[in-house]
Amino acid sequence: MTQDSEAIGAVAHSIHPISPDVPFVDEPIANVVDRRSVRYVVRQLFSNSSSIIGTVLLTAFAVIALAAPLLAPCPDDPRQQRRCGPDPYNVPRYGFSQVPIPPNDVYRFGTTPTQYDIYYGVVWGARTAFKVGVVIVGLSLLIGLTIGALAGYYGGWIDEGLMRVVEVFQAFPFLLAAITLATILRTNPNFTGTMPAILALVAFGWTGYARLVRADILSVKQREYVWAARSLGAGDRQIIMRHVLPNSIFPVLVVASLDIGTVVLSFAALSFFGLGVPDGYADWGQMISSARTRIPSLVEDWYIVLFPGGAIALFSLGWNLIGDTIRDILDPRLAGGE
Amino acid sequence: MTTYIIRRLLIMPLILLGVTILIFAMLSQLSVTQRLALYVPDSPRASDLEGLAEQYGLNDPIPVQYGRWLGRMAKGDLGFSKTGKQPVGELIVRLLPASVELALWSVIPILVLGIWLGVKSAVNHNRFIDHVLRIVSITGTSMPSFVLGLLLLMVFAGKLGWLPTGERLSPQFRQLVDAPEWITVTRMYTVDALINGRLDVWLDAVRHLILPVVTLAYISLAVLQRVTRSSMLDTLRQDYVRTARAKGLAERVVVMRHARPNALLPVVTIGGALLIGLLNGAAITETIFNWPGLGKRFVDAARNLDIITVLGFTMFQGLLLIVGNLIVDMLYATVDPRVRLN
Repeated sequence: MTQDSEAIGAVAHSIHPISPDVPFVDEPIANVVDRRSVRYVVRQLFSNSSSIIGTVLLTAFAVIALAAPLLAPCPDDPRQQRRCGPDPYNVPRYGFSQVPIPPNDVYRFGTTPTQYDIYYGVVWGARTAFKVGVVIVGLSLLIGLTIGALAGYYGGWIDEGLMRVVEVFQAFPFLLAAITLATILRTNPNFTGTMPAILALVAFGWTGYARLVRADILSVKQREYVWAARSLGAGDRQIIMRHVLPNSIFPVLVVASLDIGTVVLSFAALSFFGLGVPDGYADWGQMISSARTRIPSLVEDWYIVLFPGGAIALFSLGWNLIGDTIRDILDPRLAGGE
Repeated sequence: MTTYIIRRLLIMPLILLGVTILIFAMLSQLSVTQRLALYVPDSPRASDLEGLAEQYGLNDPIPVQYGRWLGRMAKGDLGFSKTGKQPVGELIVRLLPASVELALWSVIPILVLGIWLGVKSAVNHNRFIDHVLRIVSITGTSMPSFVLGLLLLMVFAGKLGWLPTGERLSPQFRQLVDAPEWITVTRMYTVDALINGRLDVWLDAVRHLILPVVTLAYISLAVLQRVTRSSMLDTLRQDYVRTARAKGLAERVVVMRHARPNALLPVVTIGGALLIGLLNGAAITETIFNWPGLGKRFVDAARNLDIITVLGFTMFQGLLLIVGNLIVDMLYATVDPRVRLN
């Protein structure tokens, strides 16, 4: 999570764990609605126009990502086969001139200044976006949840120590720290491809989840059913696994999945600087980065910015719109507000 | 509140120490040649490597190296910048005014517009203006800043030609500001131009600032607007607001005097985080607009694998961030009586 989104997450999402074991006593019984049922979520998703737009956008991107081999197959040219045959994420490159080609019949979205096919890059870039987003969020979650859970459950010195570590990591401006680490990792031949960027973003992204999960656990720990379980003789580990964790994790998981949109933005920023993916890889940020050298003639080369940039913006928009709705579902208090 | 501040002040050096450890951990991952750049300005010949490594103790145990490095850092010696061709510390001082100028000009729109639009949006909940403003804010939070910057360049500098494509001043003024007749106080052209009484230079500097400031500020503005709106909507539903209305107070008084101050509490935290986060956005903005500030130099150094510069800058920015966070925390403690009296 970026620091911004973590701060917003902390404000806009309140700690409201709901245990299936305890009846939801704050609402009149007649109006009890299971907010975690799939049916309710789906119904809310289609209840207002912004979440419908978000759902449509994300579904479209998911379809594009899945159908990439059909929508943008590797061209028959044997020269290109050498690039995208073995690894379809290598964008076909039609020559070595430095002049980009505007959209035409052959190159539907045109080519970058270094002759990479933009259409291919945008389509396969959707796959990269999902891949990278899920991996980064997944790894960040793994680390963040572990550390946050340890700190939250055990409290005391463990908590203090771990939180200081979190503060140290958060003392770095997120993007710049990721750039620093990505640069350093790139000098190491052991880290190839997208690994430096992914590791860099994970290394500074886990802190948000650690704090969220710790806050949730601290709140859940005080709930009655934990006391009840303990008085019945349940051991520490049992309490964590069966009562504390499931209730604390759920909101964090939801926030994390919404973060995929933000993570793709950060990854695109790294790629834009040339620090994300290797040259010629199908990634939206990579496609736009070649526009950096063409700033004086940007008007003629509009397609270099518009197509990949539009993809990033729409992808992110979709996640944000759905994110708003999901957050409303999680926290009924805010539901009337948005 | 004093215990709170004291506690934060005591922890701060600890965090700083942790930051240095992390940075040094990253530093030690590098090859010997790169680490030598801390001490030796020019790239050493392969045959000299071993000798130099011994001389500067690069084969010593890690804790020893760390201690030595920390000592140098405390004295202000951050190493020599390959890409900047001067010591890193000097480089930072030279580039700082440009970044500060950009940041200062962005802060005002972010705070003023962000809060004002957020309040306006909340007060007119679900009416037309609310929907319009929500679209503005959601596009802001979804668009990556480099796309926004490039689009603005395309439209305003390219197609319409109203604004310049980058840099801080037009070519005709660039030599002027380096000349001895020019009184240089802050090295921020918008300030110095007024001190020198040159309105034309001032206007030129402002023209060059418009697009970068919009790019840098738009996203933070959108975020602040959303948070303000959300917080304000929450506050407007509180009981004491109903009481104020029931007492017959004018709606304007209810909103401005009772609801808004309370709604702004979480906004202080987020706003502080955003302003500190300007460091991040500046890197992208400065790169696109060729703005000679810290961010652009940072990215250039990263791309050229000039790790010493990168780490030196990171150290500096880490320090800024820690101090900034402390200020925001203290501000929040001042503003929210619940924290103070706790």
